[in-house]
Amino acid sequence: MSNKVFIAGLGAISAIGNNVAECLAALQNEQSGIGKMQYLQSVHKDKIPVAEVKLSNNELAKIAGLSGTKSRTALLSLIAAKEALNHAAIENFNSLRAGFISANSVGGMDKTENFFTEFLQNNTKGKLRNIINHECGSVTELVADKLGIKNYISTISTACSSSANAIFYAARLIKNNVLDVVVAGGADALTKFTLNGFNTLMILDNKPCQPFDENRRGLNLGEGAGYIVLVSEKVAATLKNNPNIILSGYCNANDAYHQTASSPDGNGSYLAMSGALKKSGLLPQDIDYINLHGTGTNNNDIAEGTAIKRLFEPSFPKMSSTKAYTGHTLGACGGLEAVFSILALQHQIIYPTLRLQTPMKDLPFVPETIFAKNVKVKNVLSNSFGFGGNCSSLIFSKI
Amino acid sequence: MYIIATANISPQNTFEQNEVLKNIVEYNSNQLTCIEPDYKSFIDAKLIRRMSRIIKMGVTAATKCLQNAGVSQPDAIVTGTAYGCLEDTGLFLTKMVEYNEELLTPTAFIQSTHNTIGGQIGLMLQCHNYNNAFVHRGFSFESALQDAIMLLQENEAQNVLVGAIDEITNTSHTILSRLGLYKQGNICNSNLFAKKSKGTIAGEGSSFFLLANEPTENNCAKLNALHTFYKPNNVSEIEGSINNFLIENAILLKNIDLIIVGKNGDATNDDVYEELEKSIFKNNVTINYKHLCGEYPTAAAFALWLATDIVKEGKLPAVYLKNELSENPIKSILVYTNYQNIHHTLLLISAC
Repeated sequence: MSNKVFIAGLGAISAIGNNVAECLAALQNEQSGIGKMQYLQSVHKDKIPVAEVKLSNNELAKIAGLSGTKSRTALLSLIAAKEALNHAAIENFNSLRAGFISANSVGGMDKTENFFTEFLQNNTKGKLRNIINHECGSVTELVADKLGIKNYISTISTACSSSANAIFYAARLIKNNVLDVVVAGGADALTKFTLNGFNTLMILDNKPCQPFDENRRGLNLGEGAGYIVLVSEKVAATLKNNPNIILSGYCNANDAYHQTASSPDGNGSYLAMSGALKKSGLLPQDIDYINLHGTGTNNNDIAEGTAIKRLFEPSFPKMSSTKAYTGHTLGACGGLEAVFSILALQHQIIYPTLRLQTPMKDLPFVPETIFAKNVKVKNVLSNSFGFGGNCSSLIFSKI
Repeated sequence: MYIIATANISPQNTFEQNEVLKNIVEYNSNQLTCIEPDYKSFIDAKLIRRMSRIIKMGVTAATKCLQNAGVSQPDAIVTGTAYGCLEDTGLFLTKMVEYNEELLTPTAFIQSTHNTIGGQIGLMLQCHNYNNAFVHRGFSFESALQDAIMLLQENEAQNVLVGAIDEITNTSHTILSRLGLYKQGNICNSNLFAKKSKGTIAGEGSSFFLLANEPTENNCAKLNALHTFYKPNNVSEIEGSINNFLIENAILLKNIDLIIVGKNGDATNDDVYEELEKSIFKNNVTINYKHLCGEYPTAAAFALWLATDIVKEGKLPAVYLKNELSENPIKSILVYTNYQNIHHTLLLISAC
């Protein structure tokens, strides 16, 4: 039970790059992926900026090796999950007990909403191939079958904390000796359903978002996928690339305040972060960088900031929200941000919060605004908080 | 670990303690609908109006389960749902299409997320503890159960509220019917297995369990083991998985008093079970359960509830024929059930 769980591979696709190397370059060059809607067909395309992956479904399908008629979420998921697995380069993969734990928020909704347009006119119409992968789990299975993973497959959907929960469920499956290796993370494609849903909540920014800025206006939705390969200590010892990063802490707590809003004191966020610290055996001052949930909404940033103030005051680690680059990728954000957190550890770098101009006056700290290299980064805390009060924090550590 | 309480809303009388499965509730339809309790004693009247049916069923079964256990705040809440909150999802989608993405209101969207029920339970209980939601088709409940088992093993929790919830809506039934899942023509659930034909009957349910590390005075049952396997290639692979499961748990089939199997009335689907009844299960008594609850991805939760009830009472409920078993009390049960021959589940339950 005390066995460490190592990170053996990374995979990512987002508005700032189609693989880990491209994402890293964009992070370094401070290139945001937020812009005018090009691929999603919505009446809001001129009003609401989004962070889209800059490829059509057919282009994604070619890279993924899956039919372009499948959900965009499955295409994104397969590309990033495959990259992670290739990166891990586990030679005896087929002899290990392998799992795929993926997260998403709306499954194959991008296809369902097309189906629905015809179905509502006449319920004997609408192409069935557009509805058969509606379930969140179907998207996961399309990918698992392509990856050749069979021993254990599951899907988690806890809104914006989904893929953080997937990653630590995966780690626990290894610690409980159920599996040896797990590809874990999440994926979400932009859909009209989600875009309109967030629009009714009036939390979308009609300009590029400004997380943790006093004058922030809301979030930009994004899309993408992020996966990490977790392996047992025993498997890690056999790998040529010598994994030296572990998932040292994790915690899932509930805000129990409101179905969509965070409590003013950030209770759930506080419990998730302090719980993850406790699990890792680290103290607040051991954390070198926090990858913030930092959506850019009024409510999230003050709640998360207040929780950080309560936990870390008087000395604050460096922190930033990479959602200013990638938008809020919902079911994928915990996975993508886990990849970014691990890259920060590997390259000893810290990302800026793009477009942060006026620090929040109620907070005693200011997130980073410039890209920094050659920084000592040993422990990174990654936050993911969502609807339903679901708050999860992960800690990655270099050993 | 122990199942110290349950609560089950299903198409049968399973919710009110003194009525449990006395008589089968018959449906002359390919759709079985839950018998809903009076929500007023479980949920605030203002909330009832806002909640969709699946949320009400989920929250109510969860609340009743905790009441039965005498637990006010569980250490963790874990739910499983394959389809999630379909009614709210369909409502928001319909409005979005009809009004061309304009003039929408947020309520249906907010309530459409797959963690709505777990979140609502947490909110009502003011419970800040671990809260997770699994949404993996025929493994949704099994993953939630696996999570609960690990939380108890890790000592992260001393008790865990775990449940499965899935609903049928008019839209989902129309679509799943077009996919050819259900029987057509005259059908009654009480005769589901009488004649071989194509298709099954649709079901739904909300089943909750309180799992705990320590026994209590009125334990329902012991949950000894859970195992799942995905897309087996053939029946001999299924037999192999079942045999390995029994070996790992050091139990012989001859020491199992009853096997609950997941036949759903579809001729092709049921072939697997029939072959097993001729091979490894040939000396065991098997009973079916999907004629009671219908077929749905989280139906294994109904089987676990049924198994728990049987070992607690020591005998089969009245809806089963008396001559199916000898007079000896039923103490150990194996559940083997699958969903569409993709998601296969094994559960081992015994009396305390």
